[in-house]
Amino acid sequence: MKIFVCVKHVPDSAATIRIVEPNEIDETVTFLLNPYDENAVEAAVQLKSEDDDSEVIAVTVGKPAAADTLRSALAMGVDRGIHVITDHWPDSIVTARALKAAIVQDGDSGLILTGKATIDSEGFQTQFRLAAALDIPVATNVGAITRHDEGVIVTCGLEAGDEQVIRMAMPCVIGAAKTLNTPRYPTLPDIIKARKKAINEVEIESLGIESPDSQMEIVGLRPAVEARRKQIIDGPPREAVAELIRRLDEEVKIKLR
Amino acid sequence: MKKIAILIETRQGKIKPPMPGIITAAQGSEHELVALVVDSDGAKYKDQLKNFGINKLIAIIFREPVDGSNPDSRARAIIRAMDHFEIHTLLALTSLQGKDLLPRVAARLDAPLVMDCLKVNLTESTVEKSQFSGKTIATFYVTGTHRIFGIRPNVIEPIPMPVQTEVIPFEYDGPDDGRYEVKELRRDTANGIDLSEADIIISGGRGMQNKANFQILHECARVMGAAVGASRVAVDAGWVPHSMQVGQTGTTVCPKLYIACGISGSVQHFAGMKTAGTIVSINTDPAAAMMQQCDYGIIGDLFEIVPILTRQLKSVNR
Repeated sequence: MKIFVCVKHVPDSAATIRIVEPNEIDETVTFLLNPYDENAVEAAVQLKSEDDDSEVIAVTVGKPAAADTLRSALAMGVDRGIHVITDHWPDSIVTARALKAAIVQDGDSGLILTGKATIDSEGFQTQFRLAAALDIPVATNVGAITRHDEGVIVTCGLEAGDEQVIRMAMPCVIGAAKTLNTPRYPTLPDIIKARKKAINEVEIESLGIESPDSQMEIVGLRPAVEARRKQIIDGPPREAVAELIRRLDEEVKIKLR
Repeated sequence: MKKIAILIETRQGKIKPPMPGIITAAQGSEHELVALVVDSDGAKYKDQLKNFGINKLIAIIFREPVDGSNPDSRARAIIRAMDHFEIHTLLALTSLQGKDLLPRVAARLDAPLVMDCLKVNLTESTVEKSQFSGKTIATFYVTGTHRIFGIRPNVIEPIPMPVQTEVIPFEYDGPDDGRYEVKELRRDTANGIDLSEADIIISGGRGMQNKANFQILHECARVMGAAVGASRVAVDAGWVPHSMQVGQTGTTVCPKLYIACGISGSVQHFAGMKTAGTIVSINTDPAAAMMQQCDYGIIGDLFEIVPILTRQLKSVNR
């Protein structure tokens, strides 16, 4: 069975994001494998360890630098990579179409794993668009996966700690949550071995993707600034708390009592 | 008349508190407001919805054997209703439910979708949303036959607009393809409200020291009607479950009031709560980032300050 893992090359969450014209960010900062995708990679590698006939293939859509992220996935135990090369970061409609085309070109998929979200664009939708494009079921926020006959049983986190247990037919798409597993740290030999693994480079233009009728275009980008009052309330604890309650009520109209 | 629909989320027989704000985002003189209620008895929300300008309430009813708790079936039913009533614009909450539902609808319709919007301008078809862990705000311009927007809870102040509301039942009887099936629903009875929707949150970090000490926050939360959150440190230490984690790899929250107790304030934590209306920090360390970036700070021991807060609120609320 082929297990595909869709991964994204994203700026480190600790990086300072600087905006450069036109509506793009300075990409000289550190990039890494999207944190939720790490859980998807880990799950794929674990599933492979239970089934010797499986092959795990990481797929990414992105600029040439995204190859580093594919190498990170390879170092975690993924067998090989597919890099759909673009000269810009496409929206999720185009990304899903490119992922689908690359996966279909490679062969029949048994399972497709990815992170439940990306920490750069925070669009929350590529996994669903990919599933719709392939006409297969999808589950998101998945905290547990077990193989079951011809399908999988997954546990999805709902609001306020509730959970739904879902049975999906395969092939299907799974959006990994942080709670799914603890991603392994590759060892130095793993990293060296990953350098020799194959990455198939595919130009996005060669995939024959139809341009979509709908678009989500970024027409403005600015730094987020929240002006805070920065008031330190001094005094003995009892008086400071009373003063806090008073200021919340009078200055920001929050009545705690 | 053109219609704009709002997908209504309910919990325990009431529309969720952030819903009126979402309806307000859709108000306008050029179109009708339609509420889509995907609940067994949608009509009962009429009295709450008529106060915010909802002209039509479409109560989607699931007929056997369709499972109304199945997000895949719910998405199909919503699409069917949008098609039937000629709805091309849909607004909803970016809750966990919304995150499992709106992208299903958008993906099937091949429609543009922007999640977690902070501002919406339906006339110009532009929305604002945060990206890169809350470090930037992007303005999106969307085009297409349909458009779907998920809005962050509590960012839009509700404005009452009383109208007459007509209730229209709409039956959905499938077919579902059976490839996505809900086997079981496990309720976590310990939590009343999801962090992402709470309007007051009190959170604990490294300063909490252990699992048992979170009781102090729960007691204070009860008095304030707040939800309890935590930083990653507290989750990684095993003091509280991951569902309580606020931040980058946890939940993004946008309460009116966020009280950070013993939380130093990492970039990743701010990513999850920086759009809170008012931030209060309680910490022994005046140099903590949370102290530098809060509205009100009390430099002190949370084990002393929080119980005082609880007591002072109790004595007045009683």
